[in-house]
Amino acid sequence: MPVQLHYEKCRLTAFLSGEIDHHSAAALRGQIDQSMMKLHPPTLVLDFGEVSFMDSSAVGLVMGRYKQLCAYGGELEAVNLSPVAYRMMQLSGLQALARLKPKTPSELGAEKEKTYV
Amino acid sequence: MKHTLINQVKLEMDSRSVNEGFARAAVSAFAAQLDPTVEELTDIKTAVSEAVTNCIVHAYPDTRGKITLWVRVYGDGLVRILVKDRGCGIADIAKAREPLYSSLGEERAGLGFAVMESFMDKLSVRSRAGAGTSVTLEKRIKGRAQ
Repeated sequence: MPVQLHYEKCRLTAFLSGEIDHHSAAALRGQIDQSMMKLHPPTLVLDFGEVSFMDSSAVGLVMGRYKQLCAYGGELEAVNLSPVAYRMMQLSGLQALARLKPKTPSELGAEKEKTYV
Repeated sequence: MKHTLINQVKLEMDSRSVNEGFARAAVSAFAAQLDPTVEELTDIKTAVSEAVTNCIVHAYPDTRGKITLWVRVYGDGLVRILVKDRGCGIADIAKAREPLYSSLGEERAGLGFAVMESFMDKLSVRSRAGAGTSVTLEKRIKGRAQ
């Protein structure tokens, strides 16, 4: 499962994982939108904590959800962003539309221990 | 400045979206011989992913075509990646390179070229309507040694 959805206290959180590109974004979009349509959450949280790679398709995913939330006045947060993810979101100007939260230095420190191939 | 070619690989693949992941993993694995940092490899993977996605969604919107990747590494740490298609071409390259411009609706951020430009040292785009597009990406790997 590329996304786990959790609804609590008016917040729908989508825990994203793995690689987000144009190929994988379609399935993620489908699952998130299904929950959003059912719940109309006042706040949607996209959690990038377990995302190992993303390209600008992930920014498209965030922007697309933002437009849907706008339709009924919902708010958007993108959290646990890696430095690369944060840089890419800023390239798009998303910081004006959504609350962006990078990973904390301690979380990043723990990640350096891992090795990627 | 003259760069000395030390190794190269050429890959040809179908324009299927499942190959986006293959393309960036293959280029990253090949570039690993320059002993890059994790950050440098991520930059390269991201740029390749953008270039290959462009071929799939823009160059061959309603057909299936071939994408050629040609990766060359040089003695001074330069990696040069050519991503080539024989698709529809880009009518207005300057417009296509503008950040946030996309010809494809709101699920695409319009950031492909902006990301390639920002994550690599150099980006050049050549295109002819009806004949295809060539994107060249360059990055000088400073590597773990420094």
